[in-house]
Amino acid sequence: MANVLVNAPKSAKRGAIVEIKALILHPMETGFRPGPNGTIIPRNIIERFTARWNGAEIFSMDMSPAISANPFVSFFAVATESGTVRLRWTGDQGFAVEEQVAITVE
Amino acid sequence: MSAPRVAAVVAIVFMVSYAAAQVGGDKRRSGYRDMGEALQKMQDDDTANPGMLFVQLGGELWSRKAGTADKSCADCHGEASASMKGVAVRYPAMARDGDRPLDLEGRIDLCRTEHQKAERLAPESRDLLALEAFVARQSRGMPIAPPADPRLAPFRAQGAALWRQRQGQLNLSCAICHDDNAGKRLAGIVIPEAHPTGYPTYRLEWQVLGSLKRRLRNCLVGFRADPWPSGASDYVALELYLMERAKGMALEAPGVRP
Repeated sequence: MANVLVNAPKSAKRGAIVEIKALILHPMETGFRPGPNGTIIPRNIIERFTARWNGAEIFSMDMSPAISANPFVSFFAVATESGTVRLRWTGDQGFAVEEQVAITVE
Repeated sequence: MSAPRVAAVVAIVFMVSYAAAQVGGDKRRSGYRDMGEALQKMQDDDTANPGMLFVQLGGELWSRKAGTADKSCADCHGEASASMKGVAVRYPAMARDGDRPLDLEGRIDLCRTEHQKAERLAPESRDLLALEAFVARQSRGMPIAPPADPRLAPFRAQGAALWRQRQGQLNLSCAICHDDNAGKRLAGIVIPEAHPTGYPTYRLEWQVLGSLKRRLRNCLVGFRADPWPSGASDYVALELYLMERAKGMALEAPGVRP
């Protein structure tokens, strides 16, 4: 069970710029650190984060091993139509998490 | 208004605010006040504070059944927002018929083994810290209120002695840094007064939620002493003393620290 905190406005005026903030629980293991027994801990990071507003991609980013654990992403979008924003994180070891928020545009 | 009346009003306003400042003359500083503005905002915003991820996890564990008794925390304690409010501010405390004080972690463990008939959670494991954070979150903003139980007195005295005891190759005590030199800088970093207001705390350095024990071990290693073994009574004793020292300060759990 993935652990996500999303902060987005429930409603916005048409044409307004809204900020969407998302925080996810993830170790972001770099793949460079030795573990207690001296062997390298395998890399386990989120590779890609995408946001789609009613299916259209509005934001995406590639993540790297240098990004801290529990990455926090904040981005802006123009509110054009009511609908759902789907946030998706995918990464190593089959990691895939999706979270959605509804935004009403008046 | 005439000039003398204005002067009188100004004088009264000054006296009142001066008196208020004296009444609220608590000079203690939470580490929160020594952080940058960005970190303070991070702690205050429940959707930016990474500690809240663990609180969320703790909330799930709170209502998950465990052990052979097949009970969840919620089955006995109900809604945590009511039953756990004000709990974290009075720990460590004595169990009803116990012979030693328990910190919040110890209390959760006791509940698991006695009432849920489940296995102990590993010390400082993610699940245990998450539960601890979830319980502590219910008391956020409340003043720290150590119990006046006389049975705690010898342990608190032990904690006070540890606080002043010189240790390690650097031959330092907690008090030398956090009482005598608090507010000055050590390698560019402000030395905090060491009030345990935000535990369990998310330290950016750790990139994970951590306990007060972990923080104490950091300090011990810092002055090159052997950290106390896991489960040593020294941790709880020192926590008792620290909570007494921070009596009345607001609980911030889960805190964020650099």
